[in-house]
Amino acid sequence: MSVDLEQFHQVFFEESFEGLDIMETGLMELDLGAANSEDINTIFRAAHSIKGGSGTFGFQGIANFTHVMETLLDEMRDGRRQVTREAVDSLLKSVDILRMMLNCEQDKSNPDTDKIQQQMSELEFILGESGGAAAIQAASAGSSSETTGWHIIFEPDANMMLTGNDPLRIIRELAEMGDIEVKTNQQKLPAFSELSPENCYLSWDITLRGNITEDAIKDVFLWVEDECKLTLTPIVDTSVQPAAEATSAAPAVTESVAPVAATASDSKKSTQSSSATSSIRVGIDKIDDLINMVGELVITQSMLSLLGEDFSMQNLEKLQDGLGQLERHTRELQESVMMIRMLPISFSFSRFPRLVRDMSSQMGKKIDLIMSGENTEIDKTLIEKIGDPLVHLVRNSLDHGIEMPADRIAAGKKETGTINLNAYHKGGNIVIEITDDGKGIDQDAVLNKAIEKGLVPAGAKLTAQQINDLIFQPGFSTAKKITDVSGRGVGMDVVRKNITSLGGAVEIQSEHGKGSTFTIRLPLTLAILDGQSVIVGNEIYIIPLVSIVESIQIKTSMINKVAGKGETFKLRDEYIPIVRLSRVFGIENAKAKTLEDGLLVVVEADRKPCGLFVDDLLGQQQVVIKSLEQNYRRVDGVSGATILGDGSVALILDIPGLLRMSVRH
Amino acid sequence: MKAEAAIEGIENEQAYHLKEDGEEYLTFRLANEEYGVDILRVQEIRGWENVTRIPNAPNYVKGVLNLRGAIVPIMDLRIRFDLPTTDYTPTTVVVVLAVMSRSGEKKRIVGVVVDAISDVVNAKMSDIQATPNFDASIEIEYIQGLATASDKMLMLVDVDKLLNIEDDVLQFEHDDIE
Repeated sequence: MSVDLEQFHQVFFEESFEGLDIMETGLMELDLGAANSEDINTIFRAAHSIKGGSGTFGFQGIANFTHVMETLLDEMRDGRRQVTREAVDSLLKSVDILRMMLNCEQDKSNPDTDKIQQQMSELEFILGESGGAAAIQAASAGSSSETTGWHIIFEPDANMMLTGNDPLRIIRELAEMGDIEVKTNQQKLPAFSELSPENCYLSWDITLRGNITEDAIKDVFLWVEDECKLTLTPIVDTSVQPAAEATSAAPAVTESVAPVAATASDSKKSTQSSSATSSIRVGIDKIDDLINMVGELVITQSMLSLLGEDFSMQNLEKLQDGLGQLERHTRELQESVMMIRMLPISFSFSRFPRLVRDMSSQMGKKIDLIMSGENTEIDKTLIEKIGDPLVHLVRNSLDHGIEMPADRIAAGKKETGTINLNAYHKGGNIVIEITDDGKGIDQDAVLNKAIEKGLVPAGAKLTAQQINDLIFQPGFSTAKKITDVSGRGVGMDVVRKNITSLGGAVEIQSEHGKGSTFTIRLPLTLAILDGQSVIVGNEIYIIPLVSIVESIQIKTSMINKVAGKGETFKLRDEYIPIVRLSRVFGIENAKAKTLEDGLLVVVEADRKPCGLFVDDLLGQQQVVIKSLEQNYRRVDGVSGATILGDGSVALILDIPGLLRMSVRH
Repeated sequence: MKAEAAIEGIENEQAYHLKEDGEEYLTFRLANEEYGVDILRVQEIRGWENVTRIPNAPNYVKGVLNLRGAIVPIMDLRIRFDLPTTDYTPTTVVVVLAVMSRSGEKKRIVGVVVDAISDVVNAKMSDIQATPNFDASIEIEYIQGLATASDKMLMLVDVDKLLNIEDDVLQFEHDDIE
């Protein structure tokens, strides 16, 4: 009888990804030249279990690839080989390739075999360097040699043509460079009835032969780089070159192993699929806590049911005691259950040493990364969602913040720049700070740029803080040169939008010449929020406490009308629009007809204040967020629902959405 | 043999199509008309209780209800079918149904308000007649077919088509544009 191995695949993938993380961290920490054999051993063991597992589950490609890595690590461990920077770099790249292979196996898609082959031969080349048996292996593999052309996979985004780019023009331009062979991929082409003539559904598989540099090809794609997925791989002609020459040609291949565009798209893919895994590892102590708590709860429950069986008024005090216990235990249980979802933020931070290392060497900068507070715990969902904004901010500091070593010396600073990543709890929030000691924000330059772009009227006087805030505006970038790291002016506004959508906020403090600090504030969890319940007519709604500034009762004298319709009121020298919840939501029997009868809750969305008019405030409470979309659909102006103490449902207001709706009304 | 039968059973349940060997339908009444739904789709039957209104929802969506921690929308079939409305009484019944999305991947739970539950009937494929064409004012696409139960006509409702909210939304937005 055969066992269905598929049921174990998920576990294998999870363990392997963990193993890869261990390898990556281990490799990053390896002391070049004087590596501790125990450290190498840890890496070796991780590689070994991946190899073992993949062999068992029939992922032969992964097993073979890991085997080569393992051989290299083994030699290092036994001291037969020096731990060189090249070897570590190559191993790190191999970790990336392995991750890609595992991702492909998981999605049941086809891995990029060219890349795997190249990395294999690079590893084998390193193995062969010291002579010995491995050299023969490399030669027999015989896979590396001169680049005779490029294999280009060009997948434009659907809306590429809207920006005025024509794929045909690009292909024509490529055709002028050499011998071209183009295959069109029509898989994404929808049925004719659904086809939008403005969208590009095709992708191309292009083989370009000739002596062409990578940069020349990239130049052709320069304008569409952001709007397509581009994979460049050199074509290596194995048949022409004799095996003996393989070793000498190998370094040339190394150069082109990971073209920037390809790496970028790969890393995107891997983050996407890693967020798809949905299990979580929980420490046994947390589980024990839970079991204890449930035990207590059972005891309380049996005590209460005993009381209820034969209840007399003398026992009232006991009953109240019991109910008090029940309440306490329920709250504790809730807290422990929430704790299960909490993970240390190091899950998110751990990728940064690698990122900083790779990017700083790529840019020729010297940067130290100091991380603190990695053990600060935060909800798992938030960890997944904060990853991309954090990467963007760190890249931003790397690219725009820290100067080139020569500039730093000229400015009287240490040659090596520092980026600090810090996380801590403050109130009910988690705060993440990204600090660099780079050049900071040149406020004059930012202001001029803003005026030039029409974001700010010419001659406007802005405070330093207001100017710093401009960098979060869409389409804003002061970088003189566009690099592949940042500087296209997309990003900072997206960062702010993403963080706001998680119920958090991001701020910047910066001093020109001294450096910048980005401060991100996030709620600890997405599942519970502090809410203020308000009543309009017979309907109860919850307003998230974070968006409330204050609640006031207003007098007629404070109300002004714009064009006879739009109501505004003056609060400390500022005119604030009034939104009547009853009007936006069509609530019929609102009690407060005139503005004096009810209450104005001043809320803030996207930093714009607004007065939300309701009948009355009820109370503040923590509410558990439930999804409306699960059984119904998204509702404008509502972010979710919750269940009140009496079992009825109350809707939670989505303040930014509500304000957008009020504009439309 | 047994295993084969079991697999077939699963497939039948998933495919949810009319089959030869009869299926059980839960029948209910709406303004003196009899309707039926596949009994396998019925999760529970409960009395009417007050719901929380959803702002700016289509008029037949009465609101949402807390069903053991899940938020479940409740729809009034009288309004959905353009029948005259009546007040809800203690005998008004909510039938909670499982609805599959068009792609068949997602299951939603939706409650429908009906006048009263009548019976459970067994309708064979041969008893079910295709819906004849009425004039355009009647939306027959939601009616899977017609059957006869104790000398009365029974309209078999395709719950997936009737209660697929995504379709309604599209329709709704489309109307807005016009």
